[in-house]
Amino acid sequence: MTDKNKMKILVVEDDPDMMEQMKVYLESENYEVVSASTQKQAELLIKPGAFSAAVLDLMMENPDSGFVLSHKIKKMDARLPVIIVTSVTKETGFYFDKAHDPKDWIKADAIIHKELRFEQLKAELKRLLGGSGGHE
Amino acid sequence: MSKDPLPVHVLDVLIVDDEAGMRAGAERSLEGFSVPLPDFSETVAFSVRSAATGEEALTSLKTKSPDILLLDYKLPDMTGIDVLAASGGDFLTIMITAFASLEVAVTATKRGAFDFLAKPFTPEELRATISKAARSIYLHRKARKLEEEKRQVRFEFISVLAHELKSPLAAVEGYMHLMKERLKGPELAAYDSMLERSVVRIGGMRKLVMDLLDLTRLESGKKTRAIEPVDLVKAAGLIMENVAALAVSRKVTVELKAPPELVITADPGEMDMIMSNLLTNAVKYNKEGGRATLELARAGDAATIRCSDTGIGMTEEELAKLFGEFVRMKNEHTRNIDGSGLGLSILKKVVKLYGGEVKVQSKYGEGTTFELTLKDAPVPAVTGS
Repeated sequence: MTDKNKMKILVVEDDPDMMEQMKVYLESENYEVVSASTQKQAELLIKPGAFSAAVLDLMMENPDSGFVLSHKIKKMDARLPVIIVTSVTKETGFYFDKAHDPKDWIKADAIIHKELRFEQLKAELKRLLGGSGGHE
Repeated sequence: MSKDPLPVHVLDVLIVDDEAGMRAGAERSLEGFSVPLPDFSETVAFSVRSAATGEEALTSLKTKSPDILLLDYKLPDMTGIDVLAASGGDFLTIMITAFASLEVAVTATKRGAFDFLAKPFTPEELRATISKAARSIYLHRKARKLEEEKRQVRFEFISVLAHELKSPLAAVEGYMHLMKERLKGPELAAYDSMLERSVVRIGGMRKLVMDLLDLTRLESGKKTRAIEPVDLVKAAGLIMENVAALAVSRKVTVELKAPPELVITADPGEMDMIMSNLLTNAVKYNKEGGRATLELARAGDAATIRCSDTGIGMTEEELAKLFGEFVRMKNEHTRNIDGSGLGLSILKKVVKLYGGEVKVQSKYGEGTTFELTLKDAPVPAVTGS
């Protein structure tokens, strides 16, 4: 069921429950989800025109999987919005503070924290994709 | 054939006495004196400072806390007890007193004095008392270090535990949120898979909490055990039945190789736990079309339980950390396998209760074999006739 009016979002997440929830959520917002559960799988999906935005988990088979994928996506098309989802701050105490805004050194447009993911995700996607996002 | 000399550590001694002769004598007695402490791989030597009055002593204590305080009871401006009361450092006190009255001894001990030295004393007596004090300081330090390490381990355990509980909690919470928002429409059936996953994740949390209770009971020695003759073969038969459904879903063949009967004196619950844990792992960490074999045998005064699989196996690195708490092998093969990460840690502790041991052999990509030996548990004394 591909709908030409729907925007495709690449979601890369290794936790099956998180993936399922993200999918249900984004679909309810009228996006179409293209999914991958590993960095390796996702790399095969990075092609021009395959998606309009990407939501990437940071730590998957490699601790920096999200960064690597983000870099590859931006190299292909610098305008494609990339959102990295992470709980790295909470788990490692490693802070992304304002002075070292990760967006400056990680090629991503937004970093959101896992705990807040749904509402924040919606807001960020709307901001990055413009207007009503996936709605017709 | 002389051994390497032990590294020398210097303890700081402060002598407080109003008699100059006493101070000089004590200093001379400790000059060049050292105590070898092979248990702690060190030799202790002493550097000596002195003070003639209570005030001087307090100033000296404030400037630098010594390791050992040699303190005269009778000082011109105050008593040794007053000095102890007014100073609150972390040092070991030896009271010097001319009249070893019981009252002084009791009060001084209450104030933290470690030992007494009756005046007059010989250099040998002083050295013996100082040696004892040095040994005590080292014992205390070692105990404190162990306590600190224990605290650290406990802290890490709790932090990993919290993390292990957080992830299923977040998953269930997420599903609840989606259901509450009716994101898949009004039909309940549309949420079946979410409910299913929630039940699975809550089940995982329950297992974790139960295993944790088992582990704490084992560690505190508060586990109530019922020791009786247990037929391992019969118990294994029941476990085979319990594991059957899981084995079918994973397309793994399970088999039992055992004599008709093998009786061991043990707690039946513990035997079930051991065999069930081994066999479940052998099925879970297997490959499609693989085989899991449970073998039971009697070897002298011990029973041998061997569980082998043709599964994914482990690397040397994984093997090394296998019995740690919350260790779950995370790789591409194990991504969808649930577990509390406590099973083998508990198993090893239970096997220890039977004076036994656990041996593991594993080859990455080929399979793993666990072999346990268990001795009969001593039967608790029967009261009455």
